[in-house]
Amino acid sequence: MIHIESIEDVQRAMRACAHVLPRGGGSKPALSVPPPDVEELDLSNLKGVVEYNPGEYTFTARAGTRIDEVQALLAGHGQYLPFDPPLAEHGATLGGTLAAGLSGPGRYRYGGVRDFILGVRLVDGTGQLVRGGGKVVKNAAGFDIPKLMVGSLGRFGVLVELTFKVFPQADAFTTVRQPCAKLESAVAALERVYLARLDVDSLDLMPGEGGSATVWVRLAGMPGVLHARAERVRALLGGGDVLDGTDDFLAWREAREFTWVPPGWTLVKVPLTPGRIAGLEAILDPLQAQRRYSGGGNVAWVALPDTVPAQRLDGILLPAGLAGLILFGPAGKVRIGARENEVFERRVKAVFDPAGRLPDLA
Amino acid sequence: MDNHALQALIDALTSLYPPDRLLSKAGELAPYESDALTAYRVRPAVVVIPETQDEVIQTVKLCHAHKVPFVARGSGTSLSGGSLPVKDGIVIALNRLNHILKLDPRERIAVVEAGTINLDITKAAAPYDLYYAPDPSSQQICTIGGNVAFNSGGAHCLKYGMTSNHILGLKVVLPDGQVVRLGGESTEAVGPDLVGLFVGSEGLFGIVLEITVRLLPRPEKYHTLLAAYSTLEAAGEAVSRVVASGLLPGALEIMDRLAIQAAEAAVHPNYPKGAQAILIVELEGEPEEVSEETQRLEQVIRESGAYEVRVAQDASDRQRIWKGRKSAFSAVGRLSPDYIVQDGVVPRSRLSEALAEIKRLGEQYGLRVANVFHAGDGNLHPLILYDGREAGALERAEKLAGEILDLCIRFGGSITGEHGVAVEKRDYLPRMYSETDLDVMWRLRCAIDPEQIANPGKMFPPGTGGNGVVSPVAHSTNLHPLDQAGIISRE
Ligand SMILES: Cc1cc2nc3c(=O)[nH]c(=O)nc-3n(C[C@H](O)[C@H](O)[C@H](O)COP(=O)(O)OP(=O)(O)OC[C@H]3O[C@@H](n4cnc5c(N)ncnc54)[C@H](O)[C@@H]3O)c2cc1C
Repeated sequence: MIHIESIEDVQRAMRACAHVLPRGGGSKPALSVPPPDVEELDLSNLKGVVEYNPGEYTFTARAGTRIDEVQALLAGHGQYLPFDPPLAEHGATLGGTLAAGLSGPGRYRYGGVRDFILGVRLVDGTGQLVRGGGKVVKNAAGFDIPKLMVGSLGRFGVLVELTFKVFPQADAFTTVRQPCAKLESAVAALERVYLARLDVDSLDLMPGEGGSATVWVRLAGMPGVLHARAERVRALLGGGDVLDGTDDFLAWREAREFTWVPPGWTLVKVPLTPGRIAGLEAILDPLQAQRRYSGGGNVAWVALPDTVPAQRLDGILLPAGLAGLILFGPAGKVRIGARENEVFERRVKAVFDPAGRLPDLA
Repeated sequence: MDNHALQALIDALTSLYPPDRLLSKAGELAPYESDALTAYRVRPAVVVIPETQDEVIQTVKLCHAHKVPFVARGSGTSLSGGSLPVKDGIVIALNRLNHILKLDPRERIAVVEAGTINLDITKAAAPYDLYYAPDPSSQQICTIGGNVAFNSGGAHCLKYGMTSNHILGLKVVLPDGQVVRLGGESTEAVGPDLVGLFVGSEGLFGIVLEITVRLLPRPEKYHTLLAAYSTLEAAGEAVSRVVASGLLPGALEIMDRLAIQAAEAAVHPNYPKGAQAILIVELEGEPEEVSEETQRLEQVIRESGAYEVRVAQDASDRQRIWKGRKSAFSAVGRLSPDYIVQDGVVPRSRLSEALAEIKRLGEQYGLRVANVFHAGDGNLHPLILYDGREAGALERAEKLAGEILDLCIRFGGSITGEHGVAVEKRDYLPRMYSETDLDVMWRLRCAIDPEQIANPGKMFPPGTGGNGVVSPVAHSTNLHPLDQAGIISRE
């Protein structure tokens, strides 16, 4: 493992090593354990906020900066990361979160990590330092390289510095939790909220025992009207408990930090749409998986017991036309299931990494 | 350009298109010779008007086989010369490729063909109380394909983002004729964000055929407030106050005195008399939330020194306020025979400074500058008024426009927030990015389009590539860079 202290260190390592794998906080082990003959670059010391001006709604930080440190800084100015980065308490870094393309349940309101990245600096596979995007909230000059880095898993470069857009944090939160005896009624409730003219912060669904499922709806905003708004949500859900304060906080922390995933299990991200929840539930049935649907049913988090190899999920997702990304579990092939046409991606890869130094966790 | 290749292509196109959809006579080509950057015109060899995706694919394949450049064209409203034709190339006009293929309210998505008009998506979604959020002022005529190519913005970007934030999937014909699908129907994805890279690529990566957009529930309530100020700086200062208050308005727009005058002359929005600047702030969302936020907003605006504040009482009031703002570009035509629409970004906290500097530059150049801008994003749209019949006036206006871009770069902003680089700003791109950064972008372009036939001459300055890899439009003389490139002639 090479301990990176500076951007020059990354450039040097890139020129010296045949194969590298960048690692931020190691909070997504399947993505950060190097295969044999691959040099791991530990970026956790390439850290620190370089620039933050609350009036601009932007900040720039080194890629190895821990998310929780950024969150504390922003909170001091009443601001937050609207894509609600997961695994912050597990040490997730800005670079690792962007490269993995991960957003938390709060992404439902204003968008995911792709919607808040403004600029990047990266070291490409030839050791060059490349900048893309800018430091202002709006910029249409040149190709959108920052977005290309979202979900790239280090394929095109080692991220060294990032600029994000941030938003003012809401004053208060509340959550409505509605347990439903049947999955179908939970999905129908979720869809009613999905289509309603409401400003919902988070919208999740979690299947439980015996075909039941619970819908979770979080609201954020002015404290004085939160409960009136929660009543509208309850009317749509056909009831539900209202959670405030710590209860509200803990409910979403569980989702964001994946504390519902039993230790040792494999965790897989599967993008989908709300209309496909029931179908996925049916095909997952034989796997004894635990599931949580987040982002209004735009992503399934699927946890598999260690007795079920991830390849089985691969075999199930592929014919369903769904893709998966393994976050916890054995390293190796982390992208499973369906793949979009790769012509375009291969051409891009050749530009950034002609010698194939950067990871191909395919 | 090899004339044989062009002739062979035209022959092949003749068997693909009926005569009324393959234009080659001077009179027929005239409307396609320029886009909304009207100072520039280039006559293409032919214009084809495909009606099906397959016709587009076949056309691109033929262009590739004959190595003839093509330019995709939506409605030709680009303000940066994006759809300016290439001499001896062809224009592929996509306005008839405008079917809404699918609108699934349950999944909150629509799949549309690239020539679909932006506003038509919202119209189609309206019965379900859904809408397509990005709203460039040109939304009644511009196409979603053009929006994707330029990552177009609008008045609601601060809260909702640009076009890119609303595009889930694309079906694209690459410049070599291969058809690929990028992205999908979910807001979440696995793998690199290729959709994100494609959006904003200005037609250099091929032609978009089909676009999957996400739809949002229509806000139930709008609170549209108009505040009048006796100085432009005070309006700019008010924006900072709103931002600092923790509110996140859907829109924060400023117009200065000259822009107000133009709007009054054109659409009579009846803005407050004597205003040096007006600020439009719009809150939107659930009624309870909006009414709470309104109280906070009204306090902030009161403290900001506005001398008159109006609140839209109903939908038609709101529309009147927005009509003045959205028509401002074209309305400036009432004040001046010609004008340049500039588009640049500065950090929001330096708005007032930037506006003062623009004013000073305008005086120095002896040109009037009207300002209409997306204040919440720091996205300036100075409109530089000139009279093209006056010798040297256009050159002076362009020089001033250039100085404004330099200012944006100096302030740490961008040379374009939403109108794109294309032809107008390609010489400025190297001032924003290093040689290495540009080289990577150029190699991306070449990797996707090795023959450089998709919209050549746009985004990159002439001569980019070096080492013999010269853009097909690059030549060198003492003329204006665009004339030099052999791709423009002046009206
Ligand atoms: C009055 C007025 C107001 C405007 N207001 C705004 C505004 O508020 N915000 C804003 O961002 N812009 C604005 N614009 C600029 C312009 O409307 C946008 O850039 C718009 O997206 C262009 O769409 P179009 O269909 O006219 O595209 P065109 O001008 O025809 O083409 C634009 C570019 O897109 C490419 N292109 C078109 N279709 C495709 C396709 N299917 N595949 C690949 N490439 C394609 C073209 O080659 C060209 O490079 C305004 C313009 C005018 C005239």
